Order: sequence, then structure tokens, then C-alpha cells
Amino acid sequence: MNNPATNTTSRRAIDIVNASLKRRYARERRFRWLGATAVTLGMVFVILLFADIILKGYTAFQQTYIQLPVELAAATIDPDGNRDPATLASADYMKLIREALREQFPEVTDRRDRRLLTSMISVGAPDLLRERVMADPSLIGTTQELWILADDDIDMLVKGYIDRNAPESDRRVGDQMISWIDKLDAEGRIAKRFNTIFFTHGTSREPELAGIAGALMGSFYTLILTFLLSFPIGVGAALYLEEFAPKNRWTDLIEVNVNNLAAVPSIVFGLLGLAVFIGFFGVPRSTPLVAALVMTLMTLPTIIIASRVALKSVPPSIREAALGVGASPLQTQFHHVLPLALPGILTGSIIGMARALGETAPLLMIGMIAFIVDVPKGFTDAATVLPVQIFLWADSPERGFVERTSAAIIVLLAFLFVMNLAAVLLRRRFERRW
Amino acid sequence: MLVVLTVMAGAYHIGRRRAIQSAGGPSQIKQLHSLPTYYGLYAALWAGIPALLLMALWTGFQDQIIISLVTTHLPPELINGLSDGRLGLLINDVRNLATGNIVSTAVTPDIQSAADQYMRLNTLSQWSMWAVVLAVAVAGLAYAWLRTQPQLRARNRVEATFTVILIIFSSIAILTTLGIVLSVLFESLLFFQKISPLEFFFGINWSPQIALRADQVGASGAFGAIPLFTGTLMVSLISMLVAVPIGLLSAIYLSEYAHRKVRAIAKPALEILAGIPTVVYGFFAALTVAPIIRELGMSFGLDVASESALAAGLVMGVMIIPFVSSLSDDVINAVPQSLRDGSYALGATQSETIRRVVIPAALPGIVGGILLAVSRAIGETMIVVMAAGLAANLTANPLDSVTTVTVQIVTLLTGDQEFDSAKTLAAFALGLTLFLVTLTLNVIALSIVRKYREQYE
Repeated sequence: MNNPATNTTSRRAIDIVNASLKRRYARERRFRWLGATAVTLGMVFVILLFADIILKGYTAFQQTYIQLPVELAAATIDPDGNRDPATLASADYMKLIREALREQFPEVTDRRDRRLLTSMISVGAPDLLRERVMADPSLIGTTQELWILADDDIDMLVKGYIDRNAPESDRRVGDQMISWIDKLDAEGRIAKRFNTIFFTHGTSREPELAGIAGALMGSFYTLILTFLLSFPIGVGAALYLEEFAPKNRWTDLIEVNVNNLAAVPSIVFGLLGLAVFIGFFGVPRSTPLVAALVMTLMTLPTIIIASRVALKSVPPSIREAALGVGASPLQTQFHHVLPLALPGILTGSIIGMARALGETAPLLMIGMIAFIVDVPKGFTDAATVLPVQIFLWADSPERGFVERTSAAIIVLLAFLFVMNLAAVLLRRRFERRW
Repeated sequence: MLVVLTVMAGAYHIGRRRAIQSAGGPSQIKQLHSLPTYYGLYAALWAGIPALLLMALWTGFQDQIIISLVTTHLPPELINGLSDGRLGLLINDVRNLATGNIVSTAVTPDIQSAADQYMRLNTLSQWSMWAVVLAVAVAGLAYAWLRTQPQLRARNRVEATFTVILIIFSSIAILTTLGIVLSVLFESLLFFQKISPLEFFFGINWSPQIALRADQVGASGAFGAIPLFTGTLMVSLISMLVAVPIGLLSAIYLSEYAHRKVRAIAKPALEILAGIPTVVYGFFAALTVAPIIRELGMSFGLDVASESALAAGLVMGVMIIPFVSSLSDDVINAVPQSLRDGSYALGATQSETIRRVVIPAALPGIVGGILLAVSRAIGETMIVVMAAGLAANLTANPLDSVTTVTVQIVTLLTGDQEFDSAKTLAAFALGLTLFLVTLTLNVIALSIVRKYREQYE
């Protein structure tokens, strides 16, 4: 190091490095900032999505009702006076409501205006009134202050979704109706009450009468059956592949297959269901049964993969100990390994079920898209499921369905949240480090 | 089903008791080859499995047999000269009449009698099935009862049965793939008999409505799938443009820079995006993003379709972010720390280490992850069904409305369908294409990822 020449060159190298340092540090900062921005952007998307859905949907949990003093005239409901259910069921309840409404607006006499007045009431209101009277026939002959379900246009107006300042021709609700509503509102006869219909009724063409009960039950039946089918099959397959299978071409093929099936687009499973289950085996379409069969095939790879990971994490010493005291291979698995792996398997299965609950595309293929009003009562009743209901409502033109769709999404997300939470808690509670 | 299960439960108890008895009471259990439980299971399996198999076969074939019986009893002048389709309609009428549904044609006495016969045979079949299944279950139980002796190697037999069941379970994955391939392939072949593959893969006109009248407009029955492919590619491309940079950068930031606490919150938060059902994204795209893009475009003086490829692509990109980020996260974490340390020792900054050392080392894995994400974008259905359009435009303008393969499959199969028309079959041909493309992508991606993993293990 005596040579002055090398000395100067090494100083020069340091100079070069020093000179570039500022630029390099700036690049470092930029890169770091870019990464932070990407993460923030991702979070912003999450928040935007949830905020949008919740803001659109929370109003659907309340529904506008109009309070009217309805005279439940015996002459209309039960002219014979013998409280025969058939007579009670066929009575003209709309007439009662109509008359109660006209009493509020005695100045409205024109035929067309009167019809407009009646249109403020939901077409389903008479049915609700009938249910009430049939449940308690002693109401007949009295005058009750009843909350009558309003039409969806009125509901939208009261919730502020209809712009009152827009030109009348652009509004679904005319000036006259707004003045009526304002009058009723001033008298305290308009209120938003908790929307029980949304949770107790099937779907409907009328937004104010549409509920998710049918879709919820359909999802429930589908999910139960899917779990009953896919859990034993998935765990069994994982057990065999992980613990018993000889290493040969057949098991290799199965493994590659499982991994690939996990990445096959879900709509292809719908085609399979349509061609094989419905076309070939003749399973009735749009039932929870056929939906569950398709979902089982879809969730199987998820469950198999999760179960294999869980089985793998059980240390070999457990197996060796069991075999050492004379347990058969199957006893070793079922008595010792499987119970230890069960939390992990269950976690994976719950996540698979959550995915099945949110799946839509394959179900469109197998006829779950049908318009079904009745709440299904079994595995072979025609049904629809919650995500498909969301899809159908999202397509409906009525303004009232937008908030209902969002509300249904909130319910769906709540269920998914609970399931995922259960999976996380299960993992936390039983996770074992060996 | 329930009855058989009850019989099985009963058989378990009987078998168990019988085993203890044959050994000479509970104190002599040591005489038995296996634990009494296994004798119980042995009996239950003998009672259950043959009966369940028989039941499955019976329910599978009863309808066909009954229908053929009913058809032979229909007066010949009614059936002669009917095509298969017409006959099917007639049979359907008979069935509907029998189950009390609405019938499409007038009820003639012949059909009425056929319906009565159908009902009669149906109830007969139901009852005889129960009788036979029960008899088989009891016979199986009796056989097991006779076989139950102390020397019977019950455990080995039960375990052999369980192993066979496990093998069957694990073969279901193969059966599924086979089922997919066969069902899609079969219908596609039918389709390609009507429409030549050349026209399908290289035609640029897509309008699957087949004209009912000669003068109908826009219903030419053209099956050129190129516009669908380009539409799919465009939406996927847009989604990748969103998902890859954001997903990759956030994976890098979270695994290399972020504080442990930030990571613990941000990672699960991003993964929430993966758990949201696609129908929710579709709703978001159609009702929130699309109008915003439209407004924005209007303010710049651009003409934006209300169902633009851009809206669907953007939202799909958001959906795929966690997919890209968690896969990249895995491979970045798998890069050995020694590589980083070596780079730092040479004086590289952290970002230089990442860009010059970590990313190149992780590249195969990252590419594999991105390929998987592409395959997902191509196969994604609900977002495009709800937010992209139906019009098969051959366009490169992302503000225009495009349609995709998956959208067309859904629309072709959810309307009124006749099973033999080219329209319905076209959906299966599209499904085959989709399946093959995604399968290829998956196989390549999975093998890259796997090879990469082995490299560092």
C-alpha cells in the first residue's frame, strides 16, 4: 500500500460511491414509498368496498310504514259472523285499508287521484293484514291504529333516495303524492320501523315485500349437505394420500389432479353439474341436492389440501409410539393422528365451506337462478341461495332493490365473517407447536 | 336411508353382543381375535353396504324401467311415427299428470290410464324397494352373525374395507376431472359436428341466436369466438395491470420493509379481499365503479359504455390483488437470508438487494403465481357477467363494452334451452376451451412453483 497511485484510485472509488450515494438513497426511499403506497391502496380498496356496501345497504333494515286507523268492519271481513277461516282468508282487506286511507284525505274525490292514493300502499299490505286478523279474530269489528306497509316508491322517498327538486316527470313520485306524504308525516303517521319482512319472507317482484328467508334456507340446506358429503370424503382422501398411499404413478396422478382441480374455474364445475348430475343422473334441477353435489366437488380439493397439511404437521413420534404398542396402522390413524390433526382439518373445512357459501357461477348453470318465492323445506325443494339472490336482485331495475341487494350482501358477509372468525379462533385455540 | 342407518346401528350392537357371547361372556374377551367393537362394525358393514348399494342402483334405474314399461303399454297408434323428442314430451305429460302438475296437452283417456299406471308402478317400486333393501340388510346381518366366532379376524376385515373406502374417496378427484373432460368433450364434439372448429376458433362474428324467421335481424347464428377471446384477454389484461404491481409491491413491502405489527394487520386485511364473494365484486363493479368511470369519461368528453371492460377489469384486479400478493409473499420469504446478507455485505442498499438479488431469485415463483392469477382472471365469471356486457364487440378500446367466454357460457345456458341446439352446445365448446386454457396455465404455473420450491429446500 505504499504505492501512491493505488492510493489515489481507491480514494477515487470511494468518491464515486459517495457521489452516487445520494441518488441511491433517493431511489431507496422511492422504492419504499412505492411499496407503502401499494399496501395503502390495497387497504383503501377494502375500506371503499365495505363503506360502499354498508352505506348503500343499511337503510334496507328499516322499512317505511304508514299508520292508519283501520276499521276492521265485520261486514267486510266476516259477514256471516261465524269466524270461518276460509271466509276470513278470502275477505277484501284492501278495501279496509283503502277506506282508512281515504278517511285521511277526504278532499280527494277524483277517481284517478283516489287510485293514486291507493298506490301509496304496498300490494302486499292486505296479505299482512289478513295474517294479523286470522291470528287474532277478536280484532274484527274494532278500529285499530295499524302500521300499514308502504309502497317501495314511498319508501324510497321517505329514505331520501328520490330527489324532490328534480322535475316531476323525472321522478317516480309525483308532486301530489309528495304533498300527501308530507301531510301524513306532519301528523306523525309515517315511520320507519325494523324490516322484519326482509328476514321472514321469500323473494318477490315488489321490493318492499322481498326477503332473504328463502335464499337463506336454500344456502343452509346446500351448505349442510355439502359439509356432510365433502368432509368425510375429503378427510378420507387426505388420510389415504398422506398416510397409506404407495408412491406410484396412480397416486401421483391423483395428487396432480387435486392440485389442478383447486384452480379450475368454478363455472366449469357448473357445466359438469349440468351435464352429469342433471343430464345423466337425472337429479332434479335447482334443488339444494344438486347444488350440494356440485359444491362438494368444488370444495373437495380445498379440504384435501388443508387436511394433508394438518396431517403432515402431526409429528412421526406419535405414529411410531402407537405402532410400537401394537396398534394397527388404521388404529394409529383414527385413534391418534386424526384427533390431533382435527383442528387443522376443521379450519380448512370451514374456509372451504365459506367459499362454497359465496359461490355463484356454477349454481347459475344448474337452475338455481329460477324465481322461487316459497321458502324451501327440504333438500329436494326448488330453492335459490343467497349469492344467487344477490345476483338476481342486482339485475332488478327498481330502485328499492339496490338497498336490498346491499343488505343481502351485508348479511352474506356477516355469515362469512362469522365462519372465518370461527376458523381463526379454532386455529388459535388448538394450534400446537411440536 | 334412515332405516338402513338404524339397521346398521342395530347390527353393530348385535354383532358386538354376539362376539362377547361367543367368547363366553365379558370376562372371556381375551378369547376373541379382535376387540368386540370390530365384530360390531363387521356386522354393521355387512348389513349396510350391500343394502345401500342396492338402494342407489334401484333409485337410479327405477324411473327408466317404469317409463319403458309405461311406453310399451301406450296404444301403438299414439306412439308410432313420433320422434324421440315428441315421445319425451308425451312421457313428461304422463309424469306431470301423475304427480299432479300442469299438463301441456289435453288429457286423453290413454294418457290418463298411462299416468295411472305410472303412479301404480311408482308406488309398487317404492314399496318393493323398501322390502328388498330391508331383506338384504337383514340377510347381511344374518351372514355376519353366523360368521362371528372368536377366530374371525374381524379387525383385519373391517380395516380392509375401510382402506378400500379411503381409496375410493381419493379417486373421486380423478373421477371429477374425468367427468369434467367427458361431459364437456362430448357436447363439444356434437357442437363441432354442426359448426366447424375453424369457424369457431377463427370466426370474428358472434351472434348465437339462431333465426326463427328468415328476415330476423341480428340473429344469424354465427359462432365465431374471436371477439369473446379478445374480450376475455382485455378484461384479464386490465385486471393484471391493477393486480400485479399492487400485489407484488405490497408483498415486497410487507415481507422486507414493514414492521412486524404493520404486517400483522395489513396482511390479513388484504386477504379479506380474497374472501369476499365474487358476486359482491360484481355488484360493486356494476353499480359503483361503472357509473364513476362513465361520469369521469364524460367529463373528459369520452364516450364510455355503461358496461365497460374497464370497470370489470379494475374490480377484477382488486379481487386478484391478495392472490398475487400472498403467492409472491411465500416465494419471497423462501429466498434464503444468506443471499440478502451477501448482497448487503457488498454494500448494496435494501432496495438494490431486493431488485437485483431477491426478485431475480424469486422470479420463477412469482411468474408461476402470476400465471395462476391470470388463469383465475380468465375463469372469473360473476364480475364480468354483472359488469361487462353481452355485446360481442371486436374492439381494443377498454371503454367499450366487451363480452367474455364465461359471460357467454352463462347467458347461453340460463335462458330457455333445448339441449340439442347449437346454441346450448356452443356453451360446452366454450367451456372446453376455457378448461383447456386454464388447465395449461395451471399445470405450467404449478410445475414452476414446485420446481422453484425444491431449488431452495
